[in-house]
This record gives sequence, structure tokens and C-alpha cells, in this order.
Amino acid sequence: MNVLPLWLIPLFPLAGFLLNGIRGRCLPKWQVTTLALAAPLASFAVVLNAARRFAGMPIVETCPFPWIEVGALRIDFSFVLDQLSLVMLLVVTGVGLLIHIYSVGYMAEEKGYARYFSYLNLFLFFMNVLVLAGNALVMFIGWEGVGLASYLLIGFYFEKNSAANAGKKAFLVNRVGDFGFLVALFLLIANFGTLTFTEIATKIAACAGWQGGVITVIALCLLLGATGKSAQLPLYVWLPDAMEGPTPVSALIHAATMVTAGVYMIARLHVLFAHSPFALGIVAIVGAATAIFAATIGLAQNDIKRVLAYSTISQLGYMFLACGVAAYSAGIFHLMTHAFFKALLFLAAGSVIHGLGGEQDLRKMGGLWKKLPVTFAVTTVGVLAISGIPPFAGFYSKDAILYAAFVQGPGGMALWLVGAITALLTSVYMFRLWYMVFLGKPRSEDVHPRESPWTMLGPLVALALLALGGGWIGIEHFSSFLAPSTGPLSLEAVTPHLERNLSIAAVGIALLGWLIAHILYYAKPSAPATLAGAAPRVYKLIAHKYYVDEIYSAVLVKPLLLFSRCFLGWVVDGAILGGLAWLLAALANLGGMILQRWQSGNLRSYAAWIAAGAAALLLYALVPWNALWPLSLDTLLKGMGH
Amino acid sequence: MNGFLAQQVPLSWFLLLSAALFALGIVGFLFKRNLITIFLSIELMLNAVNLSFVTFASQWHAVKGQIFVFFVMMVAAAESAVGLAIIIAIFRVRATLAVDQIDRMKR
Repeated sequence: MNVLPLWLIPLFPLAGFLLNGIRGRCLPKWQVTTLALAAPLASFAVVLNAARRFAGMPIVETCPFPWIEVGALRIDFSFVLDQLSLVMLLVVTGVGLLIHIYSVGYMAEEKGYARYFSYLNLFLFFMNVLVLAGNALVMFIGWEGVGLASYLLIGFYFEKNSAANAGKKAFLVNRVGDFGFLVALFLLIANFGTLTFTEIATKIAACAGWQGGVITVIALCLLLGATGKSAQLPLYVWLPDAMEGPTPVSALIHAATMVTAGVYMIARLHVLFAHSPFALGIVAIVGAATAIFAATIGLAQNDIKRVLAYSTISQLGYMFLACGVAAYSAGIFHLMTHAFFKALLFLAAGSVIHGLGGEQDLRKMGGLWKKLPVTFAVTTVGVLAISGIPPFAGFYSKDAILYAAFVQGPGGMALWLVGAITALLTSVYMFRLWYMVFLGKPRSEDVHPRESPWTMLGPLVALALLALGGGWIGIEHFSSFLAPSTGPLSLEAVTPHLERNLSIAAVGIALLGWLIAHILYYAKPSAPATLAGAAPRVYKLIAHKYYVDEIYSAVLVKPLLLFSRCFLGWVVDGAILGGLAWLLAALANLGGMILQRWQSGNLRSYAAWIAAGAAALLLYALVPWNALWPLSLDTLLKGMGH
Repeated sequence: MNGFLAQQVPLSWFLLLSAALFALGIVGFLFKRNLITIFLSIELMLNAVNLSFVTFASQWHAVKGQIFVFFVMMVAAAESAVGLAIIIAIFRVRATLAVDQIDRMKR
């Protein structure tokens, strides 16, 4: 048996979306659930089948009809299954399936149950299209589609104003990034005449000495797109607000899969970045800066989901850092392990929130480990994994990235230092969360925690196992598997001592972070307040997220709003467009009033007009106009014809 | 219409008669108020046209014109059946046949 057709993979979620979206309101709940779960399950089964039969050669599947054909440019609707997309597909459909199952328990009491699952299936459809895309335009469809699904799901509780606004914010900020992506697409068409990934690679390989120039511009435009989707500096602002959506959505879209699309895109088009060291350097700097920036903010957040959101931004920064030092497979490796442990952490946070009846404030939690034993256990796995403590998954991938950065020379060592500090901060804020939620004394009296149902705990346990063992494959195996699609991981100066020493340093950093968190949030609970009091300005700056939202609002949003309201709203729309519309309406009205007199309703007057018309025609036919007047109507018409 | 008539009476006379009948029909249509009379005027105009058809058919020895006349008669018969039915229906509702008062569609 051959590999099942690739188009089945996105087809199932699309069918689930259509069925639940159109009929879901009228169906009983168990049917909605069955449909919603069948879609990712079927997709996952097809992906597993493909993975089992995958023989190393990319499978290309093209729609037999050309999609766009303009002159020499031909764009097909094509899917490609290679090592890179296979790994992504396994993560997307696998984690997606687990989160669908989890959602059944989490959303059980919610209104709009069918709507939620139809959106979730829609997201899975577009994500599969994005991952399977054989050219940049198909990828763009998926790219925009996941943005749409993200918008719909952030604004799922649309009665809440903050949720509706968060959805809008995410959509608008992503538009900025999409602008970059689109410009990159146009430049690719203009310079290469194709959007197919393999053809771009061949064309670039054909001129070996081609460096910089237009490729740098394309790569930077792509980077802008990636920073929008993957919430990097300067376009990260939408992700923390995206936490307004239901928690499983935060886990699936805003932690595990969609936000990694930028990393995937860079890895997919790595040939472009390989020919532009400048753009690659920018990628690394953006990644490192975002990683440490978001990690510092994460230290001072009190909303459990916001801590995780900033942690996601920070971890995505790691992936960008890996791409920036051309260690794409390390980036994808971290993408995979991050999908496991961050989905786990988000879902565990969801379990805590669910158990506390909607409470998200860390300061009101505490001592929950007795009441929520399973959630506590899986969160512990997640925290250990993200902090980079062996043998949990995060250690392997983070270690690979830091090592890949370190061997890049002096600049790489600076990146390594930033990454190491970020690792320390990560460890501190994750253990802070852990201590504040599960250990110590309950801080609030009126919480009555209850453990979540098994539909929620099952996926949690599965993800915990993945977060534990997901890294054991090792970066060497992983990168050699990915090498055909992302290029080999060139770790020159591979000295066993260096790698070992760096690993020991990384573990030491993680443990140091744990120790700091232990002292600050467990041994001496009064210490954080003292610390904040010692440097009030710094604390305030961090607690207010560096005032970035305020700065954006003052510099970009408010002037734009003013311009729109005053110039576009009053002058253009009100005066020019409104005036024109009014003028046209008035003219039409006047004409109507004049012509209305004709419609007297008197049969004989109508007949008279008919007779008059007939008489006029007769007159025209009978009178020899040419003789009367040299410039006849016929000659006039002929003259106009020429 | 046979050769004898064609020799005796010139073509223009037939056409003039036809035109006169048509003009009478138009005048009747425009100036009469009674719906039945208007209806008769329409029939008059149709038959004026029929006359010119047969005139030309005889003149050019073309049978097409005569066929057209049959068509016109057929349509006129159908039209008068429908028209009379409408007139009766209108009279039942409005109790008048004066066209100036039958302008309900406007209001």
C-alpha cells in the first residue's frame, strides 16, 4: 500500500469544521464531540501512516489543474511531505488531537460548544495547509487562515469586551507582519519567477556567489512576517492579550503550533537566509533580544496564563536564535519539545483554573498540590522540562541551541550569554509559578479546588510523557533526519569537552534559578516584596511590561486613530464621499421628480406619447435630411466611428 | 384583389385609404373616453395595416403579405377575446368604462 493521499490530512478537519459549523447547533452534544474528535484523529492517523511509509524522498502532490497561470508564472496548488513537514505534522496533529480531547472536558459547561470545536477544526485545517504547502502562496493561505482561526478563538467569549479587543489586536498586529510576508512573495516572483520552495532553492544554488542584495531584502521581509506570527520583537504585543481565549486555545494556537509558524517558515526558506548573513544575524539578534526581554517581563506577572504567554514569547525567541545561527534543526527540535511542554503547562494551568472555578491570579493560589495531585505532578514535569533540567525534553533542545550559538565565534558567545541569562530567568519564573500555585499555604480562603475530569487529565499525562521523553531522540539523530530539508547542522569545532562543559553550565544555571525561586517564593515569602521595594523603578518598569503597550498606543495607535477620525473620517468620508453621495442622490431625486410627471396614469396620454414617438420616427425616415443639412446624423455617426 | 382592380385603381389609393383608416384609429384611440370605443379603434388600426399588407402582396405578387394578414387576424381575435374579458372584469369592479377614471395603478 502506498502512502495515503496528503490532501486527506487537511480534509478531515475541514469536514469537521463544516459539519459542526453548519449543523452543530442542532446536533446533540455527543455527536458534536464525536465529529470534533474524529477529524484530528483521522488526520493524525493519516500522518502516522505517512510517517511509517516515509522513505526519505519528499512526496510532492500537485493539483492537476494549474491554480494561477499568468504569462511565465505558474503557481500550482501543491503539497509537499518531507522531513520538515513530517515533523511539524506529527506535532500539529498529535498535540492538536490531545488538546481536542482535553477541550471536551474543559469546555463541557460552556455555551457555544459546537462553535468552539468548529473553530478548533478550522485552525487544524489551515495549520495543516500551512505545514504541507509546497510553495509560498499555499503557505500564505494557511498563514492567513490560522490567523483567522486565532482571531475567532481569542474572541471566543465575544460578549466580553476585552476578549473582542484582544482578538482585534492580534489580527491587526498580524497584518503588519503579513505585509512583510506579502512583499517578500512579490519580490520572490519578481526575482525568481516562482514561489515553489524547491525551485527557489535550485535557482539560488545555480548562482553560487549570490549574496545579499535583494535576497537580504526578501529575507528581512520574511522575518517581519515571522515576527508577527511568532510574536517576536517588535510585534509580540498581541500574544499576551491572546490569553483572553479559552485555555486549550492558548495551549494549541498560542503556544504549541500557530506561533511556531514563523520558525517553520524560516526553516522552510532557509536557503534564502543562508545567502544573506546580514538577515541571519538580524534573526539571531531579534530572537535573543525577545528571549531575554520577555523572560524579564515574565518574572513580575501575576496572571498564571500571562506568565506562560511571556514564557512562550521567550522560548520562541530561542527558536529564532537557533535559526539565526543557522541551526535550523535545533530550532525545530526546540519547537517540538516546546510544543510538548508548553502545551502541557498551559493545559495544566487550565486544569488549575478549571479546578478553582475561573481563578487566574497567582496570588490567590497556593498549597494546591494536595487537592490537585495529578495536575501538580504533570506541571512539575512541565516546569522541569522548560527549565532545562535533564532528562526532561527541554534540556536537550535548549542545550543544542545554546551550543550551536556558542560555536559561532565571538558574536555567538554573546548570544550564548543572553541565552544563558534567559535560561536562568526562565527557571526562576517557572519555579516561581510552581511554588506560588502548588506549594506553601493557601493564600485565599474561598477556593474549593476540585481535580479535573479524566478527559482533561488523560491528555495531560500523555503530554507529560512526551515532555519527559520527547528529547531523548537527541539532536544528532534529529538533525541528521532533518538534514535533507533544512541542511546539515554544521557544528564545527565539535569538541566533546566543550559540549559537556556547556551542558553542565546550562544545568547549573537552571538549578541556580530553582534555588533563587525557592528562596524568594518558598523559604522567605517576604523577600520578593523587599526586593521590589529596593528597586521600585525597575520593578515598576517590569511589572508594566516596559510600557510597550503604552508606547505603541501613544506613538502608533493614537496618531493613526486621530488621522483616521479627523482626516479620513470627517474630510474624506464625511465631506468628499458623503458629499458626492448626497449630490448623486439629489440629482437622481430631481430627475425622478421631473420624469414622474410623465407617469400620469392616464392611458390616453401614454398612447399620445407612443403616437408622437411613431410620428417622430416616421418624420425622420421621410425627410431627406441630407438635402436639408449637409452634416447629417449618418455622416456624424460615421465620423465618430473613425 | 385581381388584375382588373389593379388596373382600374392605382396603388396609392389603397395606401391612402389604409393610412386614413389608421389615422382614424389613432384619433379614436386618443380622443375617445369609452374603453369599448378605444378597443374598436385598435381593431381599426390593425385592419388598416392588414389592408396595406394585402395591397403590397398584390402589387409585388408575393404571398407573404397575405400570410401575415392571417397572422394579424388570428392575433387580433385572441387579443379581442382577452381584451373583452378584461373590460368586463374592469366594469364589474369599477362600474365605469371611462378610461380617465381607470387609473388605479398610479395610486
